Amino acid sequence: MTSARNRELLALVPVALLLTAGFAAVFAQESARIDDASLVYGAYFFALCLATHIYLRIRLPNADPYLFPLAALLLTFGLVMVYRIDPSLARDQANWFVFGLVLFALTIQFLRDYDVLERYRYTIAVVGLLLLLAPRVPGLGQQVNGAYLGIKAGPLAFQPAEFSKICLVVFLASYLREHREVLIVGARRVLGVTLPPLKHFGPMLVVWGASMFMLVFIRDLGSSLMFFAAFLALLYVATGRFSFVVIGMAMFLVGAWFFASTVPHVHDRVEIWLNPYAHPRASGYQILQSIFAQADGGLFGKGFGQGLITVPGTNDALLPAAQTDTIYSLIVNELGLFGACGVVLIYLLIAARGFKIALLSDDGFSKLLATGLTAVFSIQAFVIIGGVTRVIPLTGVTLPFISYGGSSIVANFVLLALLLLISDRARRQSAAAERVGGLALEGSR
Amino acid sequence: MNRQIIKLFGLIVALFAVLIGFTSYWSVFDAKALKEKDANKRPLLEQQQIKRGRILAADGTVLARSVPKGHGDSLRYVRRYPEGSLYGHPIGYSFVQQGDSEFEQFHNDELVGNESEFSSILDELRGRRQEGDDIVTNLDPTAQATALEDLREAGFGAVVAIEPKSGRVRVMASNPAYDPNRVPYELTKLNENELETPLVNRATQGQYPPGSTFKVVTAAAGLDSGEITPETAIEAPSPLDVEGVPLENDFNESFPPITLDTALTQSVNTWFGQLGQQLGQKTMFEYMDRFGFNSTPAIDLPSNQVYASGVFEDHHLLGPNDPVDLARMAIGQERLAVTPLQMAEVAAAVANGGKLMKPQIWSRVVDPDGRVTKRLEPSQYSQPISAETAAELNTAMQGVVSEGTGTNAEISGVTVAGKTGTAETPYNEACGGGTDENQAWFIGFAPAEDPKIAIAATVECTPLFGNDVAAPIFRDVAETILNGE
Repeated sequence: MTSARNRELLALVPVALLLTAGFAAVFAQESARIDDASLVYGAYFFALCLATHIYLRIRLPNADPYLFPLAALLLTFGLVMVYRIDPSLARDQANWFVFGLVLFALTIQFLRDYDVLERYRYTIAVVGLLLLLAPRVPGLGQQVNGAYLGIKAGPLAFQPAEFSKICLVVFLASYLREHREVLIVGARRVLGVTLPPLKHFGPMLVVWGASMFMLVFIRDLGSSLMFFAAFLALLYVATGRFSFVVIGMAMFLVGAWFFASTVPHVHDRVEIWLNPYAHPRASGYQILQSIFAQADGGLFGKGFGQGLITVPGTNDALLPAAQTDTIYSLIVNELGLFGACGVVLIYLLIAARGFKIALLSDDGFSKLLATGLTAVFSIQAFVIIGGVTRVIPLTGVTLPFISYGGSSIVANFVLLALLLLISDRARRQSAAAERVGGLALEGSR
Repeated sequence: MNRQIIKLFGLIVALFAVLIGFTSYWSVFDAKALKEKDANKRPLLEQQQIKRGRILAADGTVLARSVPKGHGDSLRYVRRYPEGSLYGHPIGYSFVQQGDSEFEQFHNDELVGNESEFSSILDELRGRRQEGDDIVTNLDPTAQATALEDLREAGFGAVVAIEPKSGRVRVMASNPAYDPNRVPYELTKLNENELETPLVNRATQGQYPPGSTFKVVTAAAGLDSGEITPETAIEAPSPLDVEGVPLENDFNESFPPITLDTALTQSVNTWFGQLGQQLGQKTMFEYMDRFGFNSTPAIDLPSNQVYASGVFEDHHLLGPNDPVDLARMAIGQERLAVTPLQMAEVAAAVANGGKLMKPQIWSRVVDPDGRVTKRLEPSQYSQPISAETAAELNTAMQGVVSEGTGTNAEISGVTVAGKTGTAETPYNEACGGGTDENQAWFIGFAPAEDPKIAIAATVECTPLFGNDVAAPIFRDVAETILNGE
């Protein structure tokens, strides 16, 4: 299946050129000259992509050829945008990119037989929960804007929710693979509503509990929403029962409504979402500035490096958290509606490739794992883009592969590695099946 | 499970479509409304990166200019007002945090160079930074300085001088003044100064009782409607019972039948009171409308910073069908409240043979290459009275200055026409609540045979009369302008 890898290589070339062009544009804007550095950055980037590509050629020759170039494209966007905001942040980001690639390679190296994950599913679930809890541990956790999102141990700081989302999906995929039959068969109709069997639903309630727990103790509305949506997506795919999704959604809404009225942080987020103009200079500032930045972008945007992030001459933020939460608004501001459509389209293409992998997979675990990983990735993109465009309340979730932040990049590289692993197996099997079919055809002739 | 996976993908597509929908809404469909939100400082900040055009006086004196601060990404321009408080009114100010006002606000598009979309795209392609156009005004620096100096001696008040034939505004001064350069530091303080209200342009926002200057309007209505001629004699007893309350002349003096000339020269209250009643409310209001009362003057200042003149009740303008004491309105009492700008327009219309020109502060727009892109073409606002009526009024108003109540407005070698006014404003809180407070006025024009300038000058909270305190200001300002011709 070298043709798949050739397609991957071919797709990486324009990505590297885009990065070069992007940096050139930022340099041109900043110092009115074309800097050689943009070529150097482009070359580094291309070399890294090339190394990864060669590694994939050796280890996973059959894996999906488009996922890695698409992720590289998003990273390109991210690197150029972050560089344009603050060059020193971009250096960090580039380091995280390299570190992410290393973890990407390690995952592929040691999880080639990813079925082992099934064996440790409860351990993985516990690790995932512990990771979520960690930010509340005194002396370890950090509070950001009223939410407990980060861990800080010495020089190392990271956001555990990024990693626990993968743990959760692995656990759910494994659990549902085993129990989907009983969940379907044991379902009972009560008053015209199909209810899942209570006995096997216990662990599912744990997931609901975990989401609510995040809402209350971690106060992370965004991750809570993302986790629960991924859970419902997997439950639906595993059982085919839409009523389960409806019941789950009702449970989440009731819980969210209850906590929105009792937990001040959650309540505030919802309040700001509904009435941003109530306190335009305080709590409503970020979402309003996010929308004003988009209004300024129009169809074509103001051009790379032309948007305002701080009030000129001061350090006052005009677009708060431009490198993380509101990076999408900056993209709309500088690249316009068309640029934003491009970004959303890339996420959509990644989702399409991810679900395609799930469709091609033979065994239940692979199918559910690919579905879960793709769903959680897409929903994360939806939660943050939806947040800054006021579709849903704004929360501190990162935009995968674009936002500044090590945890996000590294975790998403692991997620990508898992998808490629599943893809390699699925395509190898289907290719083998074709070959067998072809031989059988020849034999009959 | 494949069917469900495809459905799930469908849902993701739908969710992403919602994202595109919302992004389009904010970035394109609702963009214009968002840019006008008060909380949105982006348009102002971006304008700050544009070199705003200068504002110049008629003789080229720089009234406002932009100076660069910082460079590269943090390059921005800050507004400077070299003349300080002299042109705080009517030029106003323009700062990012504090916003903008008056002339700066009204002419913003020209000053930031907001041309057509097409030419700005061309400029962008040529790598040219947007730059604002300069605006040359009609303001006369010497006369403006004279007006403000005189006001500072006389008290709070305003002076407006208009060229009758063109509507060019030569002077617009308001005391107390403020220094626009201080606005970034003390806007709150300026705003909270409720006693002096230095940010209020009294020329366009001062709403004062006009006193006897309003008799010019009443006389104009009488002559132009044919109700009276210059020869019509009316007896003017004092006191005269009006709606149960006696109306008196100065010193309670009664007059035998007299004509308009005498009545105006002596400012006889009961004469004009009776004329107003004869004319009726409909005719009076019609002539007021023609002179521009009851609507916002068509000057190039933001409409929320220019007030209408008329009869007010609880901040609402009364109309021809509302109950109004006509006799007292005819002599400038009742609940009449007028702006100095409006009274200057009355004088200008009489001076210009009955034609009222639109008062304009700007004269021409000059682009960064020095080309004049727009030039003021004087236009007529209305013709409130006929040329004949205007000539008759002109004569009567000359008598006021040469032998009547306005002798302090006399300029040697020049014939002056005018009218004084002194409205009693006792217990006025703005004046400290004393009993001996007047609103002193003088409106007029010169030279009477070929008027070059029409002026309204008013002083609030003064124990003095129009002739004592307002007429000398008129004289000084008119003399300065006529000497500069």
